[in-house]
Amino acid sequence: MSYHWNWGIFWEMSPEATGTYLDMLLSGLRWTIATALLAWAVALVFGSIVGVMRTLPGRIVGILASAYVEFFRNIPLLVQLFLWYFVLPELLPKAAGMWLKQLPNAPFWTGAVGVGLYMSARIAEQLRAGIKSLPRGQAMAGMALGLTPFQTYRYVLLPMAYRIIMPPLTSEALNTVKNTSVALTIGLMELTARARAMQEFSFQVFEAFTAATILYLLLNAVVVFGMRRLEKSIAVPGYIAGK
Amino acid sequence: MISGFDFDVLWRSLPYLFRDGMSFTLMLTALSALGGLVLGTLLALMRLSNMKVLGAIATGYVNLMRSLPLVLVIFWFYFLVPYLGQIITGSERPMVVGAFSSALITFTLFEAAYFSEIMRAGIQSIPKGQVSAGYALGLTYRQVTSYIVLPQALRNMLPVILTQTIVLFQDTSLVYVLSITDFLGAASKVAQRDGRLIEMYLFAALVYFVISFAASRLVRALQAKTAIIR
Repeated sequence: MSYHWNWGIFWEMSPEATGTYLDMLLSGLRWTIATALLAWAVALVFGSIVGVMRTLPGRIVGILASAYVEFFRNIPLLVQLFLWYFVLPELLPKAAGMWLKQLPNAPFWTGAVGVGLYMSARIAEQLRAGIKSLPRGQAMAGMALGLTPFQTYRYVLLPMAYRIIMPPLTSEALNTVKNTSVALTIGLMELTARARAMQEFSFQVFEAFTAATILYLLLNAVVVFGMRRLEKSIAVPGYIAGK
Repeated sequence: MISGFDFDVLWRSLPYLFRDGMSFTLMLTALSALGGLVLGTLLALMRLSNMKVLGAIATGYVNLMRSLPLVLVIFWFYFLVPYLGQIITGSERPMVVGAFSSALITFTLFEAAYFSEIMRAGIQSIPKGQVSAGYALGLTYRQVTSYIVLPQALRNMLPVILTQTIVLFQDTSLVYVLSITDFLGAASKVAQRDGRLIEMYLFAALVYFVISFAASRLVRALQAKTAIIR
């Protein structure tokens, strides 16, 4: 018994009768991109807040921020998604729980926010390292000029810190894309889930997974290209990155 | 809702969760970390060797593995390994591979890519003079690598290797997608059988958290202890 290759399968109609198998995979790709974009936005916002909190002098703020990071780093992403998807609606007041459960596209929202929060802990750590890598004289100079702490971060520290952490941010962006596939466990019909469904309908395992692999590689290439462009365009002259 | 929290279901399922579930998870973590480290070291040596072809193969493998989601790789190997077994043994039909072996092969091959990057950094951190000194003493490539380079690379990279192993420990929960009874799989089976999703998933999260947190604290302590003052 050997495997029957059939590369023409992509142009055959899928049993869902909404298009070909290729359309099915591409719709998965769109969900992957949408989830990754929302997750990335969540990760950047929360990661920046927590990352800055970890560099502030206040003790309680620092403890809160490191508790946040430890919570999201020490629980597997899959378990976190289960917590948000199955457990959270039950623990909330009834009305809020019902609203969450009946949300249209609930797996998408839960998956995107869940992956985003998971990634935010990593971004917080990167940003903290970026801020810490700046000479401490920069913060002092800001203060000496009469800037408020907020202004010091906004105009002095963060603009350089984000530029410094661009390379690790690129790999975190790639990780965000990859981690969206875990959301298939809560029913998100993203690329891996679509490839798996195609395999179940058509029995063409390797064609389905090869196509998904190629699509992921293309998506990676686009992310890397975009981040490099961004890195170049915001580089400050006089630094190694800025030529 | 907390008032309805059923501790009894936890108590009843503890033996199943730990004896069946956690032992699978820990065994899978330990064996695939070891396998991944060995294979990863080989990949790193291939990448750093003078032979262009070997380097290109290793680089391609590492980059491919690192750009794919683990879930997709788990599915790939789940279906691919029986056919590979058939090709290797030359039998008539695809080989029957058990859940544990399939997961072990997947995680070993997947983690090898990540361990290889760690080992490559470790090997590159050794001063070149030491390698030259080894050759000057008449040692062969094999001897220089196994007596001078790798022991130091391993020692320098030990905290990173252990941290990656903690990540691997968390990642093994993804075998859930193959309905394998690892720790999370066991918790989820009890959860669905008894309708106790809240208790089981909160407990699973707590157990993963305690183990990973304690392990990462230990790694940090070890790091402080073994760090070489330069």
